[in-house]
Amino acid sequence: MLEIKNITKTFSSPPGEVWTLKDISLTVEKGEFVSIIGPSGCGKSTLFNIISGLERPDRGKVLLSGQDITGQKGHTAYMLQKDLLLPWRTVLDNCILGLEVQGVARDVGRKRAEALLPEFGLEGFARSFPVVLSGGMRQRVAFLRTMLQGKEILLLDEPFGSLDAFTKGEMHGWLLKIWEKYHPTVLFITHDVDEALLLSDRVYVLSTRPATVKLDVEVKLERPRFRDLITEDKFVKLKKLLLEALAQNKPHS
Amino acid sequence: MKKYLSPFLAFLFLLILWEIFVEFLHIEKFILPAPSHVARALAAAWPLLLDHSLYTAVEALLGFMFAVIMGTCLALAMGLLPWVKRTIYPLIVVSQTIPIMAVAPLLIIWFGYDILPKVLVVALVCFFPITVSTVEGLDNIDQDMVKLLVTMGATPGQILRLVKFPGALPSFFAGLKISATYSIMGAVIGEWLGGSKGLGIYMTRSMHSFLTERVFASIVVITAMSLILVGIIELIARLTMPWLYQKKSWQQDEKL
Ligand SMILES: Nc1ncnc2c1ncn2[C@@H]1O[C@H](COP(=O)(O)OP(=O)(O)OP(=O)(O)O)[C@@H](O)[C@H]1O
Ligand SMILES: [Mg+2]
Repeated sequence: MLEIKNITKTFSSPPGEVWTLKDISLTVEKGEFVSIIGPSGCGKSTLFNIISGLERPDRGKVLLSGQDITGQKGHTAYMLQKDLLLPWRTVLDNCILGLEVQGVARDVGRKRAEALLPEFGLEGFARSFPVVLSGGMRQRVAFLRTMLQGKEILLLDEPFGSLDAFTKGEMHGWLLKIWEKYHPTVLFITHDVDEALLLSDRVYVLSTRPATVKLDVEVKLERPRFRDLITEDKFVKLKKLLLEALAQNKPHS
Repeated sequence: MKKYLSPFLAFLFLLILWEIFVEFLHIEKFILPAPSHVARALAAAWPLLLDHSLYTAVEALLGFMFAVIMGTCLALAMGLLPWVKRTIYPLIVVSQTIPIMAVAPLLIIWFGYDILPKVLVVALVCFFPITVSTVEGLDNIDQDMVKLLVTMGATPGQILRLVKFPGALPSFFAGLKISATYSIMGAVIGEWLGGSKGLGIYMTRSMHSFLTERVFASIVVITAMSLILVGIIELIARLTMPWLYQKKSWQQDEKL
């Protein structure tokens, strides 16, 4: 279980202080898929940077199974907002990057990754370089690289933000299948309400900067889920709830 | 291959124009020889020319290798340690405003007429592009890639090996190519100041005897040697960085 407790963060940048996160608390149970949704620039990535240990909060704690891991690296596998595939590594070698950093021998890592390629829709591309991949494939490589790190928590920062609607839909179906099979604990950033509801067990809505938790919704829709869920009444009701919370966010106009 | 066709045809056209121009205006051979004269001179002087060329090539290669080692070490020190860069980068840039023609005589004074001063001239000319582009390559590494490695718990050594070195390779090779084109020229400049062998010497002697077609023949050889060297670098680049050259087919088409 991952607990974020009363996280506050302010950046001091040249024009002045930027108050980004204000007293954020949230919980992710083991095996849960939790989404964070919020307006652009509200501090979602900053929150992930803090959970992953890249940055320290001004106040507050990050607890993993009750243990304080604030500011520590290596407890989470973080998929950053950009796919960040290394252009000089083949698809297979990009997948094993995390393992290599952990000191796993290359051929051992390669074998483990290779076995997973078909499931990730990357069969036959093991030895290609990232330049030849489509946007969806790049995201799947980045996701496999994240999963292979074998961490308790996966932090996914808008993994499908740059994809077209059609590819995004495909990726949702695919991710649901993968999640169903491996049940990783996922914390997922998005600003797509449909995406958040379709994938998650719980959705946190953040406000504009300084971000606070505006709403915390449990998504009690039965699994396995499929894309056509988004037209059902239960789904639409939840969607209205989230959209309202987000609309209140708008700076007074 | 197709992309070389149009420049080749343009070159051929210029040669023909030149030939006709010299022929019709009856220009003296020692002022401007026609391309056909140059070709004949090249064939006639070939054994001698080859001998001189090899000597120049050795100077250029030694100097080039020296520059690669020196340039890379400097670039790494500057790219990895900010204070080293702050201290010596401005000095290196300012040093480039000193004309090599002014430094070369000093090298002759200090090291005589042997091969060493020529090698040093080449090294001085060649290290700068290598240093500057490698430093730039290290500076322009995507910081988010470094960030990714940090979240994975990578050590500074691992970040260097897995991200910084491979990320700076394309710039390093770009610098190498520029240096390679300068290297033969550097050796010839070194030879002009004195020595007993090399293309520079051959050129000076031909000039003094008004054998202008031989000067042109030397220019042809210098160009050919520079191209060969650049070609070798390009080949090594392709072998070292296959990812840069594996592009989608439409990207290749676009390049043409
Ligand atoms: N290192 C930093 N120094 C100064 N300001 C920063 C820093 N990192 C983030 N910020 C500021 O904090 C705010 C939140 O940034 P963050 O990247 O977390 O937003 P986000 O919610 O992820 O946005 P997006 O939806 O566009 O990805 C922004 O205003 C940004 O300018
Ligand atoms: Mg972000």
